[in-house]
Amino acid sequence: MRTPRLYPLKDLEDIPGTTVFTAIRSREAYHLHKFCMSLMEPANRQAFKADEHSYLDRFRMSAEQKQAVLERDFNRLIDLGGNIYFLVKLSNTDGWSVQKAVSSMTTMTADEYAAMMRAGGRSPDGNRSIRDGN
Amino acid sequence: MARITAGVATSHVPAIGAAFDHGRTGEDYWKPVFDGYDWVKQWEEQEKPDVVILCYNDHASALMLDVVPTFALGCAEEFAPADEGWGPRPVPTVYGHVELAAHLAEQLVLDEFDLTLMNHMDVDHGCTVPLSLMFGQVEEWPCRVIPLAVNVTQFPTPSGNRCWMLGEAIAHAVRSFPEDLNVQIWGTGGMSHQLQGPRAGLINPEFDNAFLDGLIDDTDKLRAITRLEYLRESGSEGIELIMWLIMRAALGKDVEQLHRFYHVPASNTAVGHIVLRPKAAAEG
Repeated sequence: MRTPRLYPLKDLEDIPGTTVFTAIRSREAYHLHKFCMSLMEPANRQAFKADEHSYLDRFRMSAEQKQAVLERDFNRLIDLGGNIYFLVKLSNTDGWSVQKAVSSMTTMTADEYAAMMRAGGRSPDGNRSIRDGN
Repeated sequence: MARITAGVATSHVPAIGAAFDHGRTGEDYWKPVFDGYDWVKQWEEQEKPDVVILCYNDHASALMLDVVPTFALGCAEEFAPADEGWGPRPVPTVYGHVELAAHLAEQLVLDEFDLTLMNHMDVDHGCTVPLSLMFGQVEEWPCRVIPLAVNVTQFPTPSGNRCWMLGEAIAHAVRSFPEDLNVQIWGTGGMSHQLQGPRAGLINPEFDNAFLDGLIDDTDKLRAITRLEYLRESGSEGIELIMWLIMRAALGKDVEQLHRFYHVPASNTAVGHIVLRPKAAAEG
């Protein structure tokens, strides 16, 4: 029995400013994510903070992924397969709030983003579909 | 015979856990959030559940790297709070209910749900923040907890309808457990929020409140919400709401709403909370 497909899967790419985490992305980011999850141990957090470059060299991540980690470029890390639930292990290690990490992916400063959230957040209007512009 | 006496749903924002752990619940920002849970804390003290079946998602703490299970049932004696990068939350160890979990594991697979069974698992804020909200600051959690981790991170997640069917099967399984147990089922996560990319911060109160309404009187509509619609309307992490459907389905056809709360924001997220009582506990 095949379940009816209610929409073409390429519609997942039609949501503005959003990357849907899929099996292929999960594989692409496997070693990046292994690094992120290693930061769940205090000794590893300490080793990473002491020397980020050599700690990252323990993992079979791409050069682009390592560079994006060093730059804390979360949008780039998501482009390179990453998922936020793994990536917050890195921002938690830095002592950032999840809100600060999330705000860094928007065009706003952390303070502007916090103010937007206090005012009710980002409206879905105009943010649902690239194709339909709604 | 074991019986499901109530369903509870709540968001499980990590910042709520941090505010709770650092004694900031009375601050201007957090007070309205925690006030929304005063009612349920008193209610839980009277209800005294023996076991909570707690539907939540693991946030890449125990799962999702090497193994990506769609439904993972915690079968162990105990589950330690996970270290998510800033040390484990200072909350009690979560103790499971081995016999009921084993019974669920058997019955649900016989009902054709191909569960993953977890004989060892740490539990992250997805599981422990709801426990803090319902039971407050305690030395020990006042009941046993069977964690049921659902993949809501990697597409495709289970559909909302599949979650509904799992909830129905859980209700049957609980009813066929011989020991007299007062069982609650909790659905956690949501409501609307997005934690990634330039669209981060999306909040959709209209969608969220329609979802809360639908839990009472239009569950067919909720079952039909597609993954794409969740992503578009409630943000990429709003799809956690499918876990509320497991809870709702386990309560049977008709429910009474005992309590409802909605607040924006907690950090990046719209907070929703509802407490439901099945109208016909022995139905089906």
